[in-house]
Amino acid sequence: MDNGLSGALRGLGRRVTSRIWRLGYASRFFLAIMLNSATALRRVHLTMREIYFTGVLSLIIILVSGLFVGMVLGLQGYDTLQRYGSTEALGVLVSLSLVRELGPVVAALLFASRAGSAITAEIGMMKATEQLSAMEMMAVDPIARVVAPRFWGGVISMPLLAALFSAMGIFGGYLVGVQLIGVDEGSFWSQMQASVDFREDILNGVIKSFVFGIIVSWVAVFEGYDAEPTAEGVSGATTRTVVTSSLAILAADFILTAFMFTGT
Amino acid sequence: MSSDNLVEIRDLNFTYDSRPILTGINMMIPRGKVVAVMGSSGCGKTTTLRLIGGQLKPTSGEVRVGGQVVHQLDADGLYGLRRRMGMLFQFGALFTDMSVFDNIAFQMREHTDLPETVIRDLVLMKLNAVGLRGAHDLMPGELSGGMARRVALARAVALDPMLIMYDEPFAGLDPISLSIIGELIRKLNDALGASSIVVTHDVQESLKIVDYVYFVSAGKIVAEGTADDIKNSKVPYVHQFVWGEEDGPVPFHYPSRPYGEELMERRARHG
Repeated sequence: MDNGLSGALRGLGRRVTSRIWRLGYASRFFLAIMLNSATALRRVHLTMREIYFTGVLSLIIILVSGLFVGMVLGLQGYDTLQRYGSTEALGVLVSLSLVRELGPVVAALLFASRAGSAITAEIGMMKATEQLSAMEMMAVDPIARVVAPRFWGGVISMPLLAALFSAMGIFGGYLVGVQLIGVDEGSFWSQMQASVDFREDILNGVIKSFVFGIIVSWVAVFEGYDAEPTAEGVSGATTRTVVTSSLAILAADFILTAFMFTGT
Repeated sequence: MSSDNLVEIRDLNFTYDSRPILTGINMMIPRGKVVAVMGSSGCGKTTTLRLIGGQLKPTSGEVRVGGQVVHQLDADGLYGLRRRMGMLFQFGALFTDMSVFDNIAFQMREHTDLPETVIRDLVLMKLNAVGLRGAHDLMPGELSGGMARRVALARAVALDPMLIMYDEPFAGLDPISLSIIGELIRKLNDALGASSIVVTHDVQESLKIVDYVYFVSAGKIVAEGTADDIKNSKVPYVHQFVWGEEDGPVPFHYPSRPYGEELMERRARHG
């Protein structure tokens, strides 16, 4: 009995220690990315290429999802507001929901699934096929040449994708609310314009999406670089990227929201 | 350090997770020569290459390349040394997102300020040397195994290195490609005046082209000499390896209990 208990405790201790060690390793890796970022950003074409692969190629899923989320918000919002006789506030509801919350969060979750997993798989496969070792042997640091451009490509793409998600969502809300249900167009836009504050709402949404971009890109490049160099290892790393970054996005969202929107 | 030797390995020990991988290795790689490191899979050959390239640090002993102790170099020193080394990985390790041309131009663009017109000429020269000038526009996914290995070879010599390391260059090749790669290793070494280390377990092909051979087994050097010395070696392990004998010091069977005992035990258990 004692042996069983101490064995379980030892196992738990090992798992906790291993998690803490890995977090420390990931932090050192983040520091290495920062130290190598100047080289990566000076060679703009490397980062531009990654913005294309992570940002531009994620556009379809972001735009289509944004449109549908906005349309659903339009339907749900109208149904609720109708009970209080304030359907003209539909534009405010849709826009605030999107720019403050759904735009940054849902776009980041989609970005983690679409681009984050692709970054992890690509770096993991480069490791498994010894491309990273080959680069090291050619006196080229893979963190500067491969990791940092992908990291910054993701960080730059994320706020832009979130903004497009929100814009498309507002358009979806307009289509359903104004064009389909018949909410007054003037009220829809004017109330939105009057109620959405640039600093409080839009800028905070941009800050959120920037932080989410850092989280997703960091997790994605780290998992790829740290992946076991086998097919199974790369597959596991890709799954961990999606799960870890999704949970981290939701946790960070709560913390950021608590600091940003304190009852104003 | 003798000026005749480009690489000197002295009393090298390397352990991984407290498991000894290499024990008491001493090797000399003379300038201008092609030296093979042979042995069965998992005997520590590739680890030796990684120690020479500075990707691993020895537990004790030292590796000197061009007079410099590799594991004592800082990052800049190590990268400076690696610019004078070329390495061919087992399956080429070509960058899959770049064309054949860009793979070979990679180091030139990273380490030199040469104009693109000069880089183009140099890349075509390297590709011509391996017989693939016409394939410069292809992507790595469009190449056969032998072609990929030749492109990787052209990439390894892109900056005319003083030391070229080959990790299993013959693995998985058809007989024609095998012969071509063997010839290229010898010709490129002589043309560049470089030294080459060929890690391989392909006895017949490598003995045709190398000047000297080290035989490694379980992390130790068990024999060394010229190709003829190795062919005529009386060391049981070397004899088994060179002549491809099924049984010998390297047993056919994975260590296990006596066969009869195990069968009888199962019968007894199942009644």
